[in-house]
Formats: sequence, structure tokens, C-alpha cells
Amino acid sequence: MNDELRELYQQIILDHNRSPRNFGDLPGATHSAEGYNPLCGDHYFVRAHVSEEGIIEKVFFEGSGCAISKASASLMTSAVKGKTLAEAKRIFEEFHGMVTGRREGEEEILGKLTVFSGVREFPVRVKCAALPWHTLVAALERKQEPVTTE
Amino acid sequence: MTSRPAEVMPFDVGRLRRDFPILTRRVRGRPLVYLDNAATTQKPRCVIEAVADFYTRSNANIHRGIHALSEEATARYEETRRLAARFLNASSPKEIVFTKGTTEAINLVAASYARPRLKSGDEILITHLEHHANIVPWQMVCQATGARLRVAPIDDTGAVILEEFEALLSERTAVVALAHQSNALGTVNPVARMCRLVRENSPAVVLVDGAQAVAHRKVDLKEIDCDFYAFSGHKLFGPTGVGVLYGRYEILKMMEPYQGGGDMIRAVTFERTLYKDPPERFEAGTPPVASVIGLGRAFEYLSGLDRMALSEYEDELLEYGTDRLREIDGLRMIGTAKRKSSVISFVIDGVHPHDLGTILDVEGIAVRAGHHCAQPVMERFGVPATVRASLAFYNTRHELDRLVEALDAAKEMF
Repeated sequence: MNDELRELYQQIILDHNRSPRNFGDLPGATHSAEGYNPLCGDHYFVRAHVSEEGIIEKVFFEGSGCAISKASASLMTSAVKGKTLAEAKRIFEEFHGMVTGRREGEEEILGKLTVFSGVREFPVRVKCAALPWHTLVAALERKQEPVTTE
Repeated sequence: MTSRPAEVMPFDVGRLRRDFPILTRRVRGRPLVYLDNAATTQKPRCVIEAVADFYTRSNANIHRGIHALSEEATARYEETRRLAARFLNASSPKEIVFTKGTTEAINLVAASYARPRLKSGDEILITHLEHHANIVPWQMVCQATGARLRVAPIDDTGAVILEEFEALLSERTAVVALAHQSNALGTVNPVARMCRLVRENSPAVVLVDGAQAVAHRKVDLKEIDCDFYAFSGHKLFGPTGVGVLYGRYEILKMMEPYQGGGDMIRAVTFERTLYKDPPERFEAGTPPVASVIGLGRAFEYLSGLDRMALSEYEDELLEYGTDRLREIDGLRMIGTAKRKSSVISFVIDGVHPHDLGTILDVEGIAVRAGHHCAQPVMERFGVPATVRASLAFYNTRHELDRLVEALDAAKEMF
């Protein structure tokens, strides 16, 4: 198997694709948004429960798509749980910088999310990794329109 | 069996591959395996050289011929029209309109034939396997005129159910638009028979979308007997940016222009403009002259080959590839019609088509992964997308073996 491919599809990504965490509906969510890439069909809903103090207490996702988008959504929900809105956005910026190749990707900020560093070698797949994150940000900003990264 | 041209060479895939310079390329360190021919075909050297030669030696605008270069350009441009008519077995070059491609050809018929004529109560009949380019223009006509869009269903193999197609035809049917071959499934529609059914059961005109068919079999319009036939040059080993619309002359003659501008007029005053006759009436503005000339060379290239032998070879290749892929556990073929050609569409349990596309790309294998601009087809089979390997006569069994190996490795990984 090719090295670039091994970099892209790391075990942890394959694992989250097979058994996504925080997957399903979140009744009583305070924030929610829809993300849809019509050309490739990736389609997710991200729902969050944010406390009055501005802490993301719970975040769930639902939908379907490729391994990269699904694992990205799954790892994202784990990464932002318990964080403030500002912290979540900081992680998003670092993540986005890493997958587009504009930044190295600080491990201190990203933690496990650094497994997505291989995406930068596959420009057509950046939109897959980014879709759940844009959907989360739209939810937190209470955007009504479905978001897309195509 | 029709007789074969005497001067053609016997079929030899190795020799044919040498006509296509790109096939020697390496992608990501591996020899390119190009299996995305339904998206666009590769170009033989003679086509590439014809385009380069035009710009190098003869570049000029057409139909404005005071000088030698313009006369030369016009002659070569018009020569392609004659070659296209012969390629399709049309009655006359006057029935050949150059467009940007299949999409524009269909939009031209929708705008210039259907829109001014259809009214509430009329119907447009299409089939469930159409490409978006043969759905959306008709929906737009329906919106503008109040006509109704009807859709002939397909069965579980991806074949149009002919009884249902026939039952949907009536006095109300004004236009029938159908694909010669499905881009997502490979199903070949029995277009000659369907055109006969249309004539027997309705007053409709028939447009056949030939985009996917022309590269794979000889098209004989006398046999199909449709009113319009559309295809793109780039799917027929020619350049991008040029397509062909065949139209029965008496129908073209009564159609309004599609776009206004230069080259389509006889005389212009501010009060009134006289249009030229077809086909020039539909070719406003400077056309892609070099691409048209390149397409002419593609027609000549194909006419020098034994097309029946090419079709037989491709059909054998399709069967071989289909059998090999069926050996893969968890693989489901999408589109298994008895009459199909050149397309292998499939999904694999637990591996999304886009992940397969990336994995194949890393192996130097070009396929398409997605909905293939045929979302109703995807919905019919309950999948968001498929992987599509699509063949041309320059593909080989060895290339299909490499596809199978790469898919095996992908399955292993997931």
C-alpha cells in the first residue's frame, strides 16, 4: 500500500468511519445546522447543546458520506465536547489550516485531529474533511441555510 | 453482417494505443489506467496535430473570406460538416449544426423547437435513466409553457420498460427525449424501436442523446429514424468545445434561431433582420473553428478503423471486467441490463465510492466516483453515488486486472 494513502487513511480514521462516536439525533439541541455537498453527496446534520455559560456540553452528528467526512465529524464531536465556543472556533481554524496545507497543525490544539494531516496531499478531499466543521460553525452561529464546502 | 472497408488494418490494441500519446503517461509513479472514457475520451495524435496545424498554418475566421486563410479555414470547417453527415448517415450536411456540445444541442432544441410550440396540456416524455442534460432543459420548457414532463420507468436491471414507455405515448406527447446509452449504467436503449413506437402512438418529435453511444458503436440515422440526434466531440476522441446536433431538415427549417448575432443573418437593419437558412441560422458568432476541424480529423480517424471489430472488442472487455469484478466480495453492480455497453458501475459494501476513487487514483487508475449527473438513477438504485469504470477501445484486460487488484487492496484496508 502506498505511503500517501496510509497517511490519509490512518487506523484511527478507519476506526471512526466504522464506528462513529456521538452519532445520532440530539433531542433538545440548542444549536443545529445542515451541511451538504451536492456534487459528492456528503450530507450531515450537526446538533449541539450549549450551556448558558457558553460551554458545548454535547454535540452529535447524523448523516452519511465518505470515510474522511464521517471520521472528521466523529473526531470533531469528541474534540469540541466540553469546550467554549471560542475554543471550538480556535480548533476549527487550526484544523482548517492543517488540511489546506497553510499551517503545520499544532498538536497542542488539535490533539488526535492531527491524523487528518495527510488530507493536504489530496486537494480534492479537503472539502470532505472540512464539511462537518463548517456545519458545526454554522450551527454555533445559528445559520439557517445549509452549508457546503464544494 | 455489413462488409468491412478493404483498406483497414486488422484490430490490434497495442498498435491503436500508440495513436494516443497520453496513454504512455505515468500518474503518481504508476502507468496511467484511463477508465473515465464516459467523462471524456483521449485524443489520437492526428486530432492533436490537426488542431495545432490549424493554429500554426491556417488560423483565420470563417465565412468572411476575402483572403486565402479565411477561405482555407472555411473549407476545412465545412468539410467537418460533410464528414459528420457521413458519420451519422444523415441525408445532407445541411442537417448538421455545430454546437458547444450535447448539452447545448439539447438546449437548442428545447428553446427553438419546444418552447414556441408547446402549451398547457402537451407532454414531454423522457426516461428514468437520462443525464441531467436531458432532464433539466425539458423541465425548463415545462415551466415556461405549462407542458407536463412524463418519465418512462426502468426495471431493476436499469432497462427502460418498453410497455410503460409505449403506454405513456399519446396524442398529447409533443417531444420525446431519450438517451441512446446511459452514462451511469451503460444501458443501451433500443432507440430505433422506441422511435417506431413514438411514430405509431403520438405526433411527437424524438431527440436522441447520443453522447455516450457514438464512441462505442456505428450510428445510422436512417435506421434509428429520429428527428434530432446530439453528441459531443470530446467523447468521440475529438476536442472539447464542439458538439453536433443533427436535425431533420424540414424541422430545422421551421425553427426560430437559438441565439442572435453574426454569421446567422442574411441582412440586418434596425427594423428587421433576415436569418440565414439552417444550419447557419443556429451558429451565431465565431464557432470553435480549430475544435471543429479537430473533430473532422476524429471522424476520419474512426472511418479508417474497423468499427465493428472495435465494438466487438469493447463488448468482450466489458464482459471480462464485469466477470472479474463480480469475484469481489460485497461488490454490487449497478446496471445489469441485457443490452449494455462500455460502463461498469458499482458499489462496495462498507467503502464509500469517493474513498475508492482516491485509492484507485493513487494507483494511477482514473475512474469517476459520484452521481454521474444522473441523480434520479442513483435514487432508483438507492445509492448516493457509484464508482464508474468506463471503457474505450484502447483499454486492455491487463488494465482491468489492475483495477481489480486495487479494489481488493482497498477492501483489505477498510
